[in-house]
Amino acid sequence: MAAIILSARGLSKHYDGIKAVEAVDFDLQAGQIHALIGPNGAGKTTFVSLLSGRIPPSAGRITFDGADITKLPAHERVARGIAYTFQITSIYANLPVFDNVALAIQRKGSRTLRADTMAALARVGLDPMADQIAGTLAYGHQRLLEIAMGLSMDPKLLILDEPTQGLANAEIDAFNTLIRAVTPKTTVLLIEHNMDVVMDLADQITVLNFGETLATGTPAEIRANPAVQSAYLGG
Amino acid sequence: MTRAIALHLAVLALLFAAQFILPPYHHTNIARIMVLAVFAMGYNIAFGYTGLLSLGHALFFATGLYATGLGIELWGLPAAPALVLGLLAGGAIAAATGVLALRTGGVSFMIVTLMFAQAGYLTILYFGSYTRGDEGFVIARAARSLGPLDLSSDTPRYFAALILFALGLLANLALVRSRLGRAMVAMRENEERSRMLGYNPFKVKLTALVISGLYAGAAGAAYGVLFGYVGASFAAIQYSIMPLLYVLLGGAGTTLGPFLGALLMFYLIDLSSGVTTAHLFVVGAALLVLVLFAPKGILGWLRDRGAKWLP
Repeated sequence: MAAIILSARGLSKHYDGIKAVEAVDFDLQAGQIHALIGPNGAGKTTFVSLLSGRIPPSAGRITFDGADITKLPAHERVARGIAYTFQITSIYANLPVFDNVALAIQRKGSRTLRADTMAALARVGLDPMADQIAGTLAYGHQRLLEIAMGLSMDPKLLILDEPTQGLANAEIDAFNTLIRAVTPKTTVLLIEHNMDVVMDLADQITVLNFGETLATGTPAEIRANPAVQSAYLGG
Repeated sequence: MTRAIALHLAVLALLFAAQFILPPYHHTNIARIMVLAVFAMGYNIAFGYTGLLSLGHALFFATGLYATGLGIELWGLPAAPALVLGLLAGGAIAAATGVLALRTGGVSFMIVTLMFAQAGYLTILYFGSYTRGDEGFVIARAARSLGPLDLSSDTPRYFAALILFALGLLANLALVRSRLGRAMVAMRENEERSRMLGYNPFKVKLTALVISGLYAGAAGAAYGVLFGYVGASFAAIQYSIMPLLYVLLGGAGTTLGPFLGALLMFYLIDLSSGVTTAHLFVVGAALLVLVLFAPKGILGWLRDRGAKWLP
């Protein structure tokens, strides 16, 4: 069994009595692709926001790579190797594509910033558009840029929040290939609504419902789970 | 890229040449504008590049002015160390203000910086026995010299202002093309995204504010030594608004915008006050035209219309 790179114990987030995430225990095995699924409002984005440090938890503990990171601010978690890409495309729309990725790369102190940035862009096929203003890219390309920013941080753990939303089928295939290529060096935690992508990519799946873990297992186990079927997969 | 460097060197060369042809009145004006442009450049680093809308930069300018002026008057410092003292004091007060004010953002940041500046203004008045309050004091002519240069006479003064301006401008250009410059712009454009790329927003913004304070402090220090007068009016709210107007007019987030804005605004006021006592009305009208037709300022307007290489 692979090592655990991230684990959460009793992780909760309450908003004025609304339990967005309630006492979730969660283990992420290094090198795997782990998908997080669940109906709308199940607390998926809140849960990964707790992991990435964008919002503080109400209770619980998070350990990453052997250290307790519960109290670390988001930018320090990034420095330890947790990268997060946003559900709503969050790029620097007014800056050139090049600068968007260069910002992700330069923080690590690269000496060959231009070459490294161009290589990272080439990985997602955006290198011909390096000088374009990011906000003028087609939507699919903006999603790719967002993913490129996440990947070029060279993270140990990459958290992707609905990365394929709004992508065409051909783009989804390219995305799947890209994500498979970064494992097992990078562990991937993926929120995804597209079940084809989930079943195709994931080694492990966790199902959230009403802020609680409903089930965890391999794609085959999840598909066969009657509780999951009634709650989510629609029987 | 090299076009940008050539443009900056051309502006500096033009300013160098201008001193030989300008009549004395404009000669002094341009020296003054160059010093005020350094102040505006500092403001632009915080506001134009990092997105920090401060209403308290008079505090940093006045800190430089008073640190240098009092250093000379009270402790008998020569001009050179007094100037360095002014520069460092501007940066130090900006750091102290930033540590507290940067806990806020947006409108609150404007209000908190304004409060700090007002507190600074009142402090100067309160210690009137040293600062001579509103009335201010004159720096003795004998103290206003750097080595053989008598900075109270026109040619060396112009030269000193030009050196300061050139250093400020080239450092500004280097800064905006550096990694720190890119991180500053990232804060302005999308702070949350920057945080999730591993940047500590507080640290980047504080760094920008300290650099901004160093510029303002240097400008204040030079203003005192070059023009010989230190007074509390330089700490008043007008001197916080002034660099904002210069930057808006010339183009926020452009390296040459602060100078262009300072030049145009200075002469707009100068020329209109020769015609009417309502010169502030003319300034207001000019700003309205600017906001309506070129909200990014003159150089921002040019950049949007093809001159994308303008730094």
